[in-house]
Amino acid sequence: MDNVLLARTIFGSSIAFHIIFATLGVGITLMILLAEIMRIIRKDDDYGTLAKRWTKGVAILLGVAIPSGTIVAVMLSLLWPGFMEIVGQVIALPFQIEIFAFFLEALFLSIYVYAADRLSPTMRIISVFFVALGATASAVLITDAHAWMNTPRGFDVVDGQITNVQPLAAVFNPSFFVTSFHVVGSAYMTGAFVLAAVAAYKLFRGGLSVREITYHKKGLSLSLAVALAMSVYTANSGHDTAILLHEHIPVKLAAAEGLFETQSNAPLAIMGTPDPEAGRVVGGIEIPGMLSWLATGSTDGVVRGLYDYPQEEWPPLFVHTLFNVMVGIGSVLLLLAGVYWLYWFKNRKSEKPFPKWLLAGIVVSGPLAMVGIETGWIFSCTGRQPWTIYGFQLTSEAATNSGNLGMLFILFVSLYVVLLVITALVMHFYFNRNPVSKDLHSIT
Amino acid sequence: MEPVYIAITILWIFLFMYAIAGSIDFGAGFWAMYYRKRTDTKAASIANRYLSPSWEVTNVFLVLLVVALVSFFPGAAATLGTLMIVPICLVLFLLTIRSAFMVYSYTVQKYTNMLVIISGVTGLLIPALLISMLPAAIGGFVETVGDRQYILLNQLFTSPTFYTHLGFGLSTELFLSALLLSDYANEANSEETYHVYRRNAIILGPITLSFAVGAIFTLIPEAFWMFENMANEWLLFTLSLLAFAIGYSALWWPSKKMSIGKPRVAVLLIALQFGLASFAYGSAHMPYFLYPNVTIYDAFTNDIMFYSLLIGYGIGMAILIPVFIWFWKLFMKDKRYLRQDSPH
Ligand code: HDD
Ligand code: HEM
Ligand code: HEM
Repeated sequence: MDNVLLARTIFGSSIAFHIIFATLGVGITLMILLAEIMRIIRKDDDYGTLAKRWTKGVAILLGVAIPSGTIVAVMLSLLWPGFMEIVGQVIALPFQIEIFAFFLEALFLSIYVYAADRLSPTMRIISVFFVALGATASAVLITDAHAWMNTPRGFDVVDGQITNVQPLAAVFNPSFFVTSFHVVGSAYMTGAFVLAAVAAYKLFRGGLSVREITYHKKGLSLSLAVALAMSVYTANSGHDTAILLHEHIPVKLAAAEGLFETQSNAPLAIMGTPDPEAGRVVGGIEIPGMLSWLATGSTDGVVRGLYDYPQEEWPPLFVHTLFNVMVGIGSVLLLLAGVYWLYWFKNRKSEKPFPKWLLAGIVVSGPLAMVGIETGWIFSCTGRQPWTIYGFQLTSEAATNSGNLGMLFILFVSLYVVLLVITALVMHFYFNRNPVSKDLHSIT
Repeated sequence: MEPVYIAITILWIFLFMYAIAGSIDFGAGFWAMYYRKRTDTKAASIANRYLSPSWEVTNVFLVLLVVALVSFFPGAAATLGTLMIVPICLVLFLLTIRSAFMVYSYTVQKYTNMLVIISGVTGLLIPALLISMLPAAIGGFVETVGDRQYILLNQLFTSPTFYTHLGFGLSTELFLSALLLSDYANEANSEETYHVYRRNAIILGPITLSFAVGAIFTLIPEAFWMFENMANEWLLFTLSLLAFAIGYSALWWPSKKMSIGKPRVAVLLIALQFGLASFAYGSAHMPYFLYPNVTIYDAFTNDIMFYSLLIGYGIGMAILIPVFIWFWKLFMKDKRYLRQDSPH
């Protein structure tokens, strides 16, 4: 592998690892806040137990989220010095403000976890509110940097020198709001589905006391309420993101959809493989006019195709599959959450247990949502290739020229594998040792 | 002051804060390991009680430092990063292992022993690696071939200044953390733990000082320019020595609470000593980031970005300082937290 490809692989795998823990950090802290609020509204301590156990889970995850985040932050300068030289001059603000979001989250999380018994109920809610705010703000801010890479603004390049810097124009670049809404929505959605999956797994396995069943059902319903709302929101904001691509980075949309010819009445291709020779997607399903309609609001709208661009500016064409997986997962999960609530509504008067197929579906939804996050991000970053800063800096210009990358790649990937295994083991040991029945008894 | 000097001063403040917080944090991890088997003292559990709420916050200081370097001096970050990619990656690797295993050792008691050992040992290796990058930045160990630069590892590893810097880093870490933990034990009213850490501090103080002096004098053959600059900073170095002497003696001052010593005074004065000395060291390093190629002027960001960042730090600090104070009160002062029997 050449240096640039190695750097891309190291960075891509590191951030793909970080995003697992980071997304859960954003999603689950929102759920903890909601559980604390429910506890007060319903005067029901089961929600307090939910909050407590979810917090323990988050504390374990943060043991990896924080150092892995530190890795990616430092790696950004190590692997992409060319990129960071421009970042430091143009888009340093979100990175800086993000630090304060981290402080907010870290301080209030320690307070919430280690001083919980010394806080009044209101102070507890305030603390956990700031934890959730800090986590969400850090997601929004880092997404701002990512959005700026897609639609760079706020500077001019004259003879290779950066001039006329306008920090605020860079921060409020055209894709900032749309992209960060989609990112935050999908993180909330994923956190909710993952917690729903845990509760569904307990109910699916059975052998629970009546007390435990009511407890897990409360967890399941709270999670799936958020999951449903956020699925609708994510699909909707995803649509806005696609329109944004159409307006600002048509070549990415074209690669996502495998569209080669610029045309009106452009079809939406589902699955299949884009074939540059044939000029279309082979082996997929095509819905005529649908892409034009989605991107422009009318089937007559013209959508630009890949042939409009020189081939060296095409992203790798497999991003079509990544995009389809993300959208597919979004649609399936939306449906699943909808089915749960339909079922719940029809049977709300009876004590009937949920059918096994529904529970099994929910168990799978957690991992699926995470796959959605991963494919979405890899699509977005790989779909930007060959550019690191769209239209300004090629990835090859951003990369480091230092050696030793092969060794570092092996070092970090083995670290990630080991940590994934150990984190799973620790979760398993902890929650086995401290079953929920213990917490429930200690309260009633 | 010129913007570039404001920026480098802010960077130094962040470096100083991380050096103190990091030393104490890594050192506490080491002490938690060192005393893990001892049932006759609460030294390990006091160290853990300090660590539990504080390691995340300490880590944010590290990120703060990195981000400040990249945003104020993008050019320097690029060069330093390229040159030091391997040691920095090793630090990141160890840091991740340490944080993860430390959190996990609180969570599952079953493997605590192994996890505590791993996090304690990495707590020594990380500062050692960080400090060993300092001598590499004073020049003499960097070779330029074409447009690429390499560190001359053989020369670095055989030079005395490398080892005096290393010894200085490690002894400072253990000295500062022992001092702080003695103060912490004092707040927790744990007399015998206080004496354990006070004794450690008494032993480590002179060792730290000798390594510091050794580090300066072994610089002469490697970087005479820096030694000359340091001679101009004699006033700061003298004040620093004075702070050390008074701070160290505070360990014997009469006290109402414990049988002997005022640990709070000692911690503050030794931190001051460290601040004065590191400021003098840093000033002597100016205007170079990396001797002789990279100066702070070349690496500086543009003025507009500089002022935006300045405003950003101002607002951010104004919001966060009250939270820090509350945090401090909850964990460093609140008797209910300090005196509980288990670490949680
Ligand atoms: C659970 C995760 C998840 C789900 C179900 C969806 N997305 Fe998504 N999507 C993301 C998670 C995500 C993401 C990981 O958050 C991305 C990656 C980069 C970004 O800005 O958000 C993303 C990016 C992203 C982009 C590219 C943005 C860019 O590169 O600038 C588009 C066009 C869409 N999404 C569209 C959709 C549509 C139409 C969906 C229909 C249901 C959808 N997404 C569901
Ligand atoms: C959109 C994707 C990302 C999301 C949602 C996200 C979110 C998070 C969250 C929730 C945390 C835990 C924060 C805490 O408890 O302090 C975290 C940690 C961290 N992330 Fe990410 N992150 C993302 C991508 C990145 C990237 C690209 C970088 C590198 C620039 C980065 C840098 C960091 C750092 C440095 C930390 C550690 C902060 C600390 O020391 O507390 N993150 N991230
Ligand atoms: C958190 C989820 C993310 C994932 C999973 C992800 C994934 C990837 C992958 C796979 C690559 C390599 C692309 C390729 O070469 O094909 C990459 C590159 C990159 N990403 Fe992301 N990314 C994420 C978020 C971000 C964010 C928030 C930023 C903004 C700071 C960012 C900045 C970069 C940079 C600078 C590169 C290297 C240059 C380039 O290849 O263009 N990434 N990322």
